[in-house]
Amino acid sequence: MGTEISVKEYVVRLGDDALILGHRLSEWCRNAPFLEEDLALSNVALDFIGRASMFYTYAAELSGQDVTEDTFAYQRDCRDFKNHLIHELPRGDFAFTMVRQYFVDVYSLAFMTSLLESSDSRLAAIAGKAIKESEYHHRRSEEWMMRLGESTQESHRRLQSAVDELWRFTGELFDQDSPERELVANGVAVDTRALEADWNQAITATMSKISIEIPKDELQVTGGREGKHTEFLGFLLSELQFLQRTYPGLEW
Amino acid sequence: MDRRDIGRFVGMDQAEEEKVFQERVDAEEKIEPKDWMPDKYRKTLIRQISQHAHSEVIGMQPEGNWLTRAPTLHRKAVLLAKVQDEGGHGLYLYSAAETMGVSREEMIDDLHEERAKYASIFNYPTLTWSDIGAIGWLVDSAAIVNQISLQRTSYGPYARAMVRICKEESFHQRQGYNIMMTLMRGSDEQKAMAQDSVNRFWWPVLMMFGPHDSDSVHSAQNMKWKIKRQSNDDLRQKFIDQTVEQANAIGILLPDPDLKWNEERGHYDFGEIDWEEFRRSMSGGGPCSRLRLAHHRQVHEEGEWVREAMRVYENKKRSNQEAA
Ligand SMILES: [Fe+2]
Ligand SMILES: [Fe+2]
Ligand SMILES: [Fe+2]
Repeated sequence: MGTEISVKEYVVRLGDDALILGHRLSEWCRNAPFLEEDLALSNVALDFIGRASMFYTYAAELSGQDVTEDTFAYQRDCRDFKNHLIHELPRGDFAFTMVRQYFVDVYSLAFMTSLLESSDSRLAAIAGKAIKESEYHHRRSEEWMMRLGESTQESHRRLQSAVDELWRFTGELFDQDSPERELVANGVAVDTRALEADWNQAITATMSKISIEIPKDELQVTGGREGKHTEFLGFLLSELQFLQRTYPGLEW
Repeated sequence: MDRRDIGRFVGMDQAEEEKVFQERVDAEEKIEPKDWMPDKYRKTLIRQISQHAHSEVIGMQPEGNWLTRAPTLHRKAVLLAKVQDEGGHGLYLYSAAETMGVSREEMIDDLHEERAKYASIFNYPTLTWSDIGAIGWLVDSAAIVNQISLQRTSYGPYARAMVRICKEESFHQRQGYNIMMTLMRGSDEQKAMAQDSVNRFWWPVLMMFGPHDSDSVHSAQNMKWKIKRQSNDDLRQKFIDQTVEQANAIGILLPDPDLKWNEERGHYDFGEIDWEEFRRSMSGGGPCSRLRLAHHRQVHEEGEWVREAMRVYENKKRSNQEAA
């Protein structure tokens, strides 16, 4: 049975999520509100770029011949990327970045805990490493929710508008198409639908502590897993891939 | 009794204090924050350490520009770790300067108001990927030569910051040199790109060591106080001697027709530095100097609401704890 292709596709999807978010986070290095935050955001960015590298390297092994981690990062076009849309949104202000991070961290922690049980031992090993990072990321972003939520009017206002902006990109995290559902059935992939209730509960609990309202019945934007992106991804890729595209086929 | 306390104990006058201070410096004792020190010594160090801190931080810009364009995932991660280190160096140095009673906010304010400077090398733009290689290789090498020497500077917190920083710098130099080596093994375009970067960065890097000893205003006093341990010209020569070999090893030409081995001196001779260019870049005339400062100011202003939120939050937490 040829599940390799689907496993590979699944692994690439996870790599795409990590790369695109890592790239966005790296944009903060030299642009953060104070020096300690330049360093901390760079740390988180490095973890996600490292995660992308682990997923892509595994995908390259599943592909065979002449494919490397960089083939996936640097030689695919917009429609080939399958990341969830939330990762590609521009970094916005500090509140936007930290709310996105908090949403993603709560999700990743549960996701990686579940991936630890994958029947695919390589994926389980990657999850083992990622989970420790996500614990740290999560402590940090949750602390920032408190800081921004319980201090000034301005920080509260910015936090609320970040939640308003981002909410419609969260539903997609729990939306699985049929190829992924198949992999869930044979124990490779994480059943993300099963993560939704806990995620909602955790986010609701935090947000109510800091009097942030969660949008109700909002129409969700989806399409990332089908390669139907926001317009932002094209610009991101043109920057990310510029050298490899200008001078194809070289060693760097 | 410790010698550093003698002055206070016996009520020495200024001249005696200075004599004891100089004796301690001569004996290679480190001066610590609470020790008596001449006003001028304190001022000089605040200026030098804060300038060094600003250089680390402003230096994040030219390299940081390439974080989103690095050509492979490996290069991207390595460059991010490198630029992050430079920010960390900035932090160590701001802390070292703070031991002299000046706050980070004040130092940043001095930078924004152009009362404090930073290394002019960071006013040069990074135009191509190989500039990242050239900076890591040449700029970090030059920084290492300077900073190794400063590990023996007389002010304790500064010396210790240099020890920590030097441990990280060799990785910076190696990643830069590795980029250059890889390019010099690559296509004609890549070789030309690497050579062009060295052509643009070589002379500015030599200027990083400062004016010739004969033209250097502060040198004598700074050497006597052992703030500075080796002269500008000696450090520059040391850098050139080690770099020529590295350039030869990968087939890069250093853009100086007068560069040649002098058997008698046991050093490389080199051409005259264009100090007009140096003065222009130091006085705000470099290609990017306005941009670098404007960027730093803008980021600082954009971050004000976050820092304010932090302050308010910390205060709330403190008063909650006190109430409890
Ligand atoms: Fe540094
Ligand atoms: Fe440095
Ligand atoms: Fe460095």
